Amino acid sequence: MNQAMKNVFSSGHDYAYNTPLEDIDVSNPRLWPSEEMWAVFKRLRDDDPLHYCKAGWDSAARSPDDEPVGPYWSVTRYEDIMAIDTDHHRFSSEPAIALPNPGKDFPLPMFIAMDQPKHDEQRRVANPVVGPMNLKEMEPIIRTRVQTILDSLPVGETFNWVDKVSIELTTQMLATLFDFPFEDRAKLTRWSDVATAALGTGIIDTEEERQAELIECLTYFTELWNQRVNEPPRGDLISMLCHGKATKNMDPMEYLGNLVLLIVGGNDTTRNSLTGGVLALNENPAEYDKLRADTSVIPNMVSEIIRWQTPLAHMRRIALEDTILNGKHIKKGDKVVMWYVSGNRDESVNADAEKFIIDRAKARNHLSFGFGIHRCMGNKLAEMQINIAWEEIMKRFKNIEVVGEPVRIRSAFVKGYSELPVRLEAW
Amino acid sequence: MIKVTFIEHSGDVHEIETETGSSLMEVAMNNDVPGIDADCGGGCSCATCHVYVDSAWLDKLTPPDAMEESMLGLNTMREENSRLSCQIDTSDELNGLVVNLPEFQG
Repeated sequence: MNQAMKNVFSSGHDYAYNTPLEDIDVSNPRLWPSEEMWAVFKRLRDDDPLHYCKAGWDSAARSPDDEPVGPYWSVTRYEDIMAIDTDHHRFSSEPAIALPNPGKDFPLPMFIAMDQPKHDEQRRVANPVVGPMNLKEMEPIIRTRVQTILDSLPVGETFNWVDKVSIELTTQMLATLFDFPFEDRAKLTRWSDVATAALGTGIIDTEEERQAELIECLTYFTELWNQRVNEPPRGDLISMLCHGKATKNMDPMEYLGNLVLLIVGGNDTTRNSLTGGVLALNENPAEYDKLRADTSVIPNMVSEIIRWQTPLAHMRRIALEDTILNGKHIKKGDKVVMWYVSGNRDESVNADAEKFIIDRAKARNHLSFGFGIHRCMGNKLAEMQINIAWEEIMKRFKNIEVVGEPVRIRSAFVKGYSELPVRLEAW
Repeated sequence: MIKVTFIEHSGDVHEIETETGSSLMEVAMNNDVPGIDADCGGGCSCATCHVYVDSAWLDKLTPPDAMEESMLGLNTMREENSRLSCQIDTSDELNGLVVNLPEFQG
C-alpha cells in the first residue's frame, strides 16, 4: 500500500492531518488508547520533527496548585532524541521526567529526576540490586516463578493475559527486589498504577487521592526501612538504601520518590512489554511462525519487542541554556519532550521501522531504555525476565491467540494495556 | 594491519587482525566478540562496550572525556583501567593491545 493510501486508512489520520500544525498536541491522553498518536508522530517526523506546542493537555481534574503541562517541544526523530538525551549539561532532568510538572505541595524527588552530582551518587547506591551478582542469583528464581505461573494457566479458555501473567510476574519480581512481604505484593501493583495514572482515567480521580495512597505506600515502606536499618546490610533495595552513604539520610519524600521510581521502573515497563510481545506476534503471524521454527531468535526478539512496545513513551527535559537544534531556537527554561516511541519508528534510521521483525538487524539500537547517564538501570533484568518468559512459553504453548481487542492505557507516558484477552493452545 | 586481543571473562581469547581507523568497539562487533552489545552504536551513551585495558597500554590511550567519565562513573564495577571501547580508536600505536571483558557484560 502506498503511503498516501495508508495515511487515509490509518487510525488518527484525521486529527494528524486536518489539525493545523501549530495546534497539534500529542500529550493529549485521548490519542493513545485509540492509537491515533502514530499518525501524529508520522506527520511530525515528516513535516516538523522539532515541534512546538503552545499549550499541552490540561487535566480538568488536577489540583488548583498544579501547573498544567503548558508549552513544550516535541522531539520526534531518533538522532535529535539521541542528541538531547546525551546532553545532560544543557538539558536538565529536574524537577520531573514526565510531561506534567510535579504538584507544588507534593514534590517527589527521585534520582531519575535529578542532575549530577546527586543523581550519580544515589543511582550508584541502588545499582547493585540489578548488578551481575544479583542477576545470576535471580535467574533461577525468575524461571521457577515463570514456570509456576504458566503451568497454572487455563488452556483453551479465554482469560486476561495482563492480569494472570504480565502483572503477576512483574509484581512477584518487584517483591523480591525489595524483599517485600510476598502476600502483600498486590499493593506494589496498585502503587505503581496510582503513581503514573492520569487523573480521571479510572484509577484515581484527584491529586488528593493519589497523594493519600502514596502516603500509605510511604508508611508501609517506612516500617520496612526501620526493620532493615537495624539489621546487617543485605542485597535487597530497602537495605541498600537505608545503609547506603548517599541515601541513608534521605528525607521521607525523597525516600518515597525513589520508591516510586523503582516500583514504576521495575513494574509498568516489563509488564507492558510482556503483553506487547503477545499482541505483536498475533498481529504478525509470519513472525510467530518464525519463532516457532527457531526459538534461538528469542534474545533478539526481546529487543524488538521492547522497541516495538516502547513501554515508556517519553522522557522530558528542561533546557538550561538557549540552544539551536535543527534550525529551531529552544530557549532556556523550555520544556523538551523526547518521544522515544516516535524515535523508535523513525524510518530514516531504521528500515521498516513500523514493522515488527523478530530477527531485525541491530535490534538493540532502540531508544526504549534511553541513552546517556539516565539510561534505564534495570535493562538487563528486564531483558532477562522477558527472555525467560518466552523460553518457557514456547516450551508449553503452540499458540497464544488474542481473541478480543486489547484495552490500552489512557496515558501519554505509560504505553501499555489493562486487558488482552487470550486463549492458549498447548503443543 | 594491527593485532588486538579481547579476553572474555570466561578466559576465551579472541586475537583479531584489523585495519586501523575504526573504534575498538567496531572491531569487536565486526568480529562477533561476545560481551560487547554497543546498544547506542558508538555514541558513548549506553556503556555496554565496557572493557578493562591491560595496564601496559593504558598510557597510550587518549584519556576519557567528560561524557565517558560520566558513563563509567555510574558503574560500581568500574576499575582504574575501565574504558568504553567505542571511545578507543585503533591506530598503529595500539598494535598488540589487550583488553579484558567484564563479567557484567557476559
